[in-house]
Amino acid sequence: MWIYEKKLEYPVRVSSTNPRLAKVIITQYGGPDGELAASLRYLTQRYSMPTPQAKAVLTDIGTEELAHMEIVATLVYNLIRNATVEQIKAAGLDPYYVDHDKSVYFVNAEGVPWTAAYIQSKGDPIADLHENMAAEQKARATYEYLINVSDDPDVTDTLRFLRQREVVHFQRFGETLNLVHDWLSSKKVFY
Amino acid sequence: MNKRQSALLRIMELEFAAIELNLFLDTHPEDRCALADFEKVSQELMKAKTEFEARYGPLMNFGFGRNQGDTWRWIESPWPWEINFKGFELYGEE
Repeated sequence: MWIYEKKLEYPVRVSSTNPRLAKVIITQYGGPDGELAASLRYLTQRYSMPTPQAKAVLTDIGTEELAHMEIVATLVYNLIRNATVEQIKAAGLDPYYVDHDKSVYFVNAEGVPWTAAYIQSKGDPIADLHENMAAEQKARATYEYLINVSDDPDVTDTLRFLRQREVVHFQRFGETLNLVHDWLSSKKVFY
Repeated sequence: MNKRQSALLRIMELEFAAIELNLFLDTHPEDRCALADFEKVSQELMKAKTEFEARYGPLMNFGFGRNQGDTWRWIESPWPWEINFKGFELYGEE
């Protein structure tokens, strides 16, 4: 069960219409290292997690990633919402515009739609937790590249928050991996 | 910034603290200091949400937020993506 809360996890501030910035930020919505991939990866891996801590961490981080998806969508929507067709063409966003107008769709920065092939659910908790730690680092790197190209300091502030969350999630997944290692080495089954 | 805006930002601050403590406790379930902090933050958060919802309608759907008054206030704007926190003005008014 999930409950929706009518607020963002962190404030979104947008200084001005900027379809060029929207075009790259959208990769954190529907790209390979984006928030949809993160959320769905953790929420589907949790079923085969063996320890109480791991089940909780995957559920809670998977849920927080949904809130990050909403923050990214809010950024993208408000960066393109008032754009003219001329501004959209100048930003190279016209191929997106003819398919989606100014709605928010799951694509990467190059317009490639999201695919479940971005994520894995291997069933082996060591393999899955290593994938998740790598995913957090890839998302951190993506936010750093986005901060490098951002020309809107208000948008950069929100990107910095999202980057910091990747660092915290990486830490929690690392602790979870240690706990699963302890559990595996203490497991004694006689039959 | 008006009262509604500052009340919402206060809820966002408190809930962020609760999220951080929740994730920490997931891997440190016996940390007494974090448990005490979580209890304190979660009480403050519940209080702030109850006060907000009495004035401005439910923050959460499916019965987790109260709807007081003669109309179904859940459908009222602003939705989260309709608020520009820059100066906290509403979008759509340009």
